[in-house]
Amino acid sequence: MGQMIKVGMADLNICKPPDNLTTIGLGSCIGIALYDPSTKITGLAHIMLPDSTAIRNNSNIAKFADTGIQKLLDDMIKAGANKARITAKIAGGAKMFEISGSNTSSINIGEKNAAACRAKLKELGIRLVAEDCGLNYGRTVELYSEDGRYLIKAVGKSEKSI
Amino acid sequence: MAENISIEEINDKYLDVLREIGNIGAGNATTAIANMLSLKVDMSVPMVELTPVEKIGGIIGSEEEIIVGIMLGVTTDIEGSMMFLMNTDSAHHLVNRLMMRDPDYMEDFDEMDLSAIKEIGNIIAGAYLNALSGLTNLTISPTIPFVAVDMAAAILSVPAIQFGMVGDNALIIKTEIGGDLGVEGYFILMPEGESYAKILTSLGVPI
Repeated sequence: MGQMIKVGMADLNICKPPDNLTTIGLGSCIGIALYDPSTKITGLAHIMLPDSTAIRNNSNIAKFADTGIQKLLDDMIKAGANKARITAKIAGGAKMFEISGSNTSSINIGEKNAAACRAKLKELGIRLVAEDCGLNYGRTVELYSEDGRYLIKAVGKSEKSI
Repeated sequence: MAENISIEEINDKYLDVLREIGNIGAGNATTAIANMLSLKVDMSVPMVELTPVEKIGGIIGSEEEIIVGIMLGVTTDIEGSMMFLMNTDSAHHLVNRLMMRDPDYMEDFDEMDLSAIKEIGNIIAGAYLNALSGLTNLTISPTIPFVAVDMAAAILSVPAIQFGMVGDNALIIKTEIGGDLGVEGYFILMPEGESYAKILTSLGVPI
C-alpha cells in the first residue's frame, strides 16, 4: 500500500508507484501535475503567484509558477524522468470571491496564475493535456502515479478525473 | 509620502499597536453583533499572530473543513481588503438568530441565508473599520461584502496570496465571541502598498 504524500501551499514533491501525491483546498493557487508515463515518475507543485520576478521577496521558489514548474521538472529529470515524455495537467486558479474594484489586484490572481502556468509549460515545451481551472470554488486534487490520473474533488460537486 | 513597509519589518512595537487596533476593532464589531441580535455577547482578548503564508490554510481547523468567509474591499485613505471568517456552526448560529429560527437548524445555506451572512459581514466589518477610522483619523470605507462557503484552505488562499505578494507572513487577528452565542471569528486585514505605514504613522508610531 503506497502513501498519499501531501504537498502543502508553496510546496512541491515527486514520487513513484506505489506512492501518490495530493494537495488540499486549492483556491486561487494552481496544482501543476507533471507525469512521465514510461518511468511513472510523478510530480506535483502547489504555486501561489504567477511571477517570481515581479516580487522582491522570492526566496521560496515553489511559491511561483515560473520557478516552481522549473524546479519540479528539474527534480523529475534528476530522478530519471525523460523531459520529452512528460505531460502536464493543471487545476485550481479559482476566483473565490466575486469582488470587483480597483483596489483588489489579487482578485483575478487565479486567472493570472493559470495563464502563467500555461506560458511556462509552453516555454519548456511540455504539453498541457488537460486542465480544470477558474470558476469560483476550491479544489482538492489527487495525482496517481500508476496512470497519471488527476482526480479533482470540490464541495457539493461530483469527483472528476482529468 | 509614507514608506512602503513590509510585514517582515513589523517588530514587536508595531505588533503591539496592531494588537490594540485588533482589540478595539473586534470589540466594536462584537458590540455591533450584540446590538443586532439583542444578545449579551462577550469577547475574548484577540490574539494577533504573524503566520507564515504557507500555514495560513490551517489556522481555523483542518484545511478541508468547510468554513464561511466574508470579504470586503477597503478604500479611500487606505487601500486593501478585509476578511471575516467563521466555521459553519458559528454562521448557522448567527443566521438562525438573525432570522429568528430554531437554533438547531443546520440545513445548507440558501440564497436568503447567504444574504443574511453578507449583512452580518457588513455590520461586523463596518464596526471594525469604524474603530480603525476613529483611532487613525483616516477615512476608511468598506465596499459591499462577498461571501464564500468552501474549504478553509481554498478561502484562505486569498489572504495567503495577498500577503505572499509582499512577504512570507500574514497578520491574523483571532477573537472568540462568546456569551450567549459561542462564535469563533477571525479577522484578517490586508492593507496594500503603503497602507500599513499610513496606519502606523497616523497613530504616531515612528517608522
